[in-house]
Amino acid sequence: MVICAQFLPSSIARAVNIPQPFSVSSGQILLEAKGLSCIRQDRVLFEQLSLTVHGGELLQIAGKNGAGKSSLLRLLAGLAHPDEGDIYYRQQPLAQQAADYAADLCYIGHQSGIHEQLTALENLRFWRAAVQAPAGDDYALLGRLGLAGLEDIPCRMLSAGQQRRVSLARLWFSQGQLWILDEPFTALDQTAIALLQQHFLQHLQRGGSIVLTTHQSLSLQYAQLCKLELAYRW
Amino acid sequence: MVKLGVFIQRELRLLARQKADWLNPVLFFIIVLCLFPLGVGPEPNLLRLMAPGIVWIAALLSVLLAAERLFKDDYRNGVIEQLVAARQPLLSFVLAKLVTNWLSTGLPLVLLSPLVALLLNLETPAFVALLLTLLLGTPLLSLLSVLGAALTVSADKGGILLALLILPLYIPLLIFASAAMEAATMALPYHGQLAIMLAMLLFALALVPLAVLSALKLNVS
Repeated sequence: MVICAQFLPSSIARAVNIPQPFSVSSGQILLEAKGLSCIRQDRVLFEQLSLTVHGGELLQIAGKNGAGKSSLLRLLAGLAHPDEGDIYYRQQPLAQQAADYAADLCYIGHQSGIHEQLTALENLRFWRAAVQAPAGDDYALLGRLGLAGLEDIPCRMLSAGQQRRVSLARLWFSQGQLWILDEPFTALDQTAIALLQQHFLQHLQRGGSIVLTTHQSLSLQYAQLCKLELAYRW
Repeated sequence: MVKLGVFIQRELRLLARQKADWLNPVLFFIIVLCLFPLGVGPEPNLLRLMAPGIVWIAALLSVLLAAERLFKDDYRNGVIEQLVAARQPLLSFVLAKLVTNWLSTGLPLVLLSPLVALLLNLETPAFVALLLTLLLGTPLLSLLSVLGAALTVSADKGGILLALLILPLYIPLLIFASAAMEAATMALPYHGQLAIMLAMLLFALALVPLAVLSALKLNVS
């Protein structure tokens, strides 16, 4: 770990490249949902739910298991359509902006999005190509995430927490302004959670926005933290 | 267009690590063709007569065998869901699957055709027809099986459903391919059959990738 810390600053610079200004400036509305309803298996998870996400804001969605947190995230990520209500991206309906929105979004769902038969490095290269991120030093990035020496073994040999780290490594080269993350802290140890929160803070300071679900209380002080509590309904 | 090469490389790497996925269907094809002469008797004329049907039925079933697991892993570990959310890379992902599916299941059948000719006592004209029909037909088999795999990816035990969905679509191909081979054995021209197979292939090539995209989107929503 000491060795990793030594080449830390340069590795960040190489992995992240030069930050570019986002399309929506801080404080303006990036994403807005009006009157959302979601029905799953004849159960109304939530109805008439409205929310706004501004640039530079972190929205934490909390709630009991089964309250509909993941369903809400999937609606916001454009993966499913709400039973009622509309979602607006940059004040335009999502359906008209779907391509721009997808390019501006980094969604990491409940499943990790990494293939167990591929190594950490191969998974990263795949996602780098998929999101059209500029080439970067993946070794340095994985080292920074505490995976030095584990780059070249298949991910099925890694622990759950290490797999999660590989999956979240995408956030270090994502170009999207909006991150939608489903339980990003699952299986991570304290060091990794602190590292991830530090990275969240950087993203927010650049004017990016984050929507995430977690049962943990966020330890760092975020300037703009909103919390949305979903109640469990029968 | 997202870098297609990187996606194809990924699929090839996965095939190299999960050899059973593509070796089993190829072995199945060989085994069926070896068993036929033993089962129906080694009468050369009988084998020659039955060869077109046998080869193509074995090819259909072996491609079907490879189809089921095509999208399963990527669906289970969330790759497909996240690609759908990112939208743009999905087409490259599907095209890479199509190309590598043909390379791993269609191409081996083409390469094995001399062995098939030997086992079933095919003469040169029939062998040439076999080679041509396999070259035109196996890409179409791949296209259809990828479509079936995409439609049934979220079904738990999708195997039978997949077969029910896809086998009817294979039937026109089966008819024209074996008709072409029969015509060849009787020294008749078979350009017509080949042209129809080519037409079916081009039609599928234009529409199947779009259908696969929609099927994957439907399955994650």
